[in-house]
Amino acid sequence: MEFVEKFKRMFSNVPMLGWLLGALTAVLIEYFFGYDYISYILQLPKIPVLFGTLIMLKEPMMIPSALAYDLIVYVLPILLVAKATAFATNPVAMLLEKIPLILSVILHLALFYLVLHVWAEINDYRELIVRLTMICIILTISINVINGYQGEFSCSHPGFMALGAYTCSILTLVLFVNDRMFGEALLPAWLGPWIFPFTLIAGGIVAALGSLLVAIPSFRTRGDYLAIISLAFLFIVKSAVENLQIIGGSRGMGGQPEYATLPVIFIWTILCIWIIHNFVTSIMGKALNAVRDDEAAAESMTVATRKTKMTAFMFGAFWAGIAGGLFAHVLSYINPGTFSINRLAEILAMVYFGGLNSIIGSIVGAVTINVLGEALRPLELFKWIIIPLILIFVMIFRPYGLISFKEINAKKLLRAKYKREQGA
Amino acid sequence: MSALLNVKDMTHYFGGLRAVNNYNLNIEPKQITGLIGPNGAGKTTIFNLITGVYTPTKGNIHLQGENIKGLDTNKIAAKGLGRTFQNLALWRHMNVLDHIKMAHYSQLTYGLFGSFFNTPACRRQESEIRENAYRLLELFGVDQFADQLVGNLPYGAQRRVEMARAMATNPKILFLDEPTAGMTPDELVQMIKIIRQVHETFGVAIFLIEHRMKFVMELCEFIQTLVFGEIIAEGPPEEIQNNPEVIEAYLGKEDVT
Repeated sequence: MEFVEKFKRMFSNVPMLGWLLGALTAVLIEYFFGYDYISYILQLPKIPVLFGTLIMLKEPMMIPSALAYDLIVYVLPILLVAKATAFATNPVAMLLEKIPLILSVILHLALFYLVLHVWAEINDYRELIVRLTMICIILTISINVINGYQGEFSCSHPGFMALGAYTCSILTLVLFVNDRMFGEALLPAWLGPWIFPFTLIAGGIVAALGSLLVAIPSFRTRGDYLAIISLAFLFIVKSAVENLQIIGGSRGMGGQPEYATLPVIFIWTILCIWIIHNFVTSIMGKALNAVRDDEAAAESMTVATRKTKMTAFMFGAFWAGIAGGLFAHVLSYINPGTFSINRLAEILAMVYFGGLNSIIGSIVGAVTINVLGEALRPLELFKWIIIPLILIFVMIFRPYGLISFKEINAKKLLRAKYKREQGA
Repeated sequence: MSALLNVKDMTHYFGGLRAVNNYNLNIEPKQITGLIGPNGAGKTTIFNLITGVYTPTKGNIHLQGENIKGLDTNKIAAKGLGRTFQNLALWRHMNVLDHIKMAHYSQLTYGLFGSFFNTPACRRQESEIRENAYRLLELFGVDQFADQLVGNLPYGAQRRVEMARAMATNPKILFLDEPTAGMTPDELVQMIKIIRQVHETFGVAIFLIEHRMKFVMELCEFIQTLVFGEIIAEGPPEEIQNNPEVIEAYLGKEDVT
């Protein structure tokens, strides 16, 4: 513990900019020297994909090499660069404090994207994980609006996702792809990526409209009963899709062009975080909390509770629809089985693990469960023992999840750590 | 109709049970009215009927000449009926400042898309509301708790937060449901002071349910006594105090002080 404290104090003067710079150095080192020199010297067969977890679990003999790789490529460069550049990054961070916050955030995000891009560039598998993880972030935050902020236990999220995924897929297939199902493309293919955002939004809107089927019963029912209604909705959507032969039925639907590239998904994720953050920190959005904590009091304090509930469901479903659309265009194939109860369990695990009523918690939950799920893949069956166990422990020690009831404070996150050092 | 609030021949049945029978009420601007009666007499039901939680089976309710019977509770509240609850109804995961801000909900004009994209209009209005909320917190002496969760506050302070919240809806009439329930004598004296202060600064009419006679006699200009859903006596405090029916039905043999 003392060591941790010491460590924390040592790096307390590093602003976010410094950490990003460190991360950038690390990924650049990996990009240029990772395979040719570092893995070669450490006798690793290739660059460890997920920090060496896969190879460590498959071949325990390689554990020292994989750890050494992590140390050389990630830990040391990040720490050293972050600390060494603190003298330069702090004044820059101070300067950035003077420009509008939004510009500073965009700058940091651009740097972060660069890090992510270089890291994901090295390996196709990595890129796929990053893309799917970001989609999961959107899903988790959007279900947090309903299950966390609004406090209803909704089980219909995969259903909303399916509505979005199918709507968006149908639109892109009809418009831009020559395929068996819908025939000739109506528009030239080069327009595709530009129209894609609109087809995504269309998917989101369909999902939002579908959510009314759950939102309207929620005026009169709460808790377990609403959970059952929402579960019923999930099954309705799933069996409807299974029986609609025109969209492939249970065989699924394939051939979506790969419009959901890394930058596209990144932008949508950031947009989702930004908009939902704005919403839940405004009075309009906090009305969700008021309705959750005491509906009668909310109603007496002029809050339109029905409108608020409808907003929560439609808004959450909209983003689930967007996530579904992105998902379809990552895998280029969807079938009703993708949006089954398994998916629901996964989403619920992420949101309850990460923390209710918190965007940052949702991000942490989505990333942890996803990366853990990939990293523990070699354990096969045991993976499904370990992850639920972790979940149980989190529930015992932190019933509301890891980071609950906390919002992102971008200003605090990005500010220079100069003054604190002088004060100490 | 000059009365601020006018309730005429209001009757309400819960299934076969007649909870309120032919209830009439007239509240003039700035008047403080008290409603007393033994447990189960239907006092809170009357509150809930007027504020729109239930819709009365019969009768009419007019607020400034406008019929508000059958409207949604939030609409009635926005028209100028603020209320507090018998058992504190605060939002346990929200801090004190957010409580007061939330009660400005009906005054929001920036709309959903304003809140999604944090438009300048949204930011401007949110900061205005924030300032107003701080003013109210100061007035009720709870500004030092602004960032705390309500659950961490002492009981008396929670009551004051609830009242500040009710005042934030900008009411014309404030409904107080047992504002001193569970309070110590000290807190009671403080509460009387606060209600007086609210009455003077905002010029609102007040309609309150109370059990403690000291409180009612000191504050109210007009008192109604309710027994089994019917008014058995109404009038100024001195009259009620000496009405034998009231003493028998409600106060028993105890001295009225």
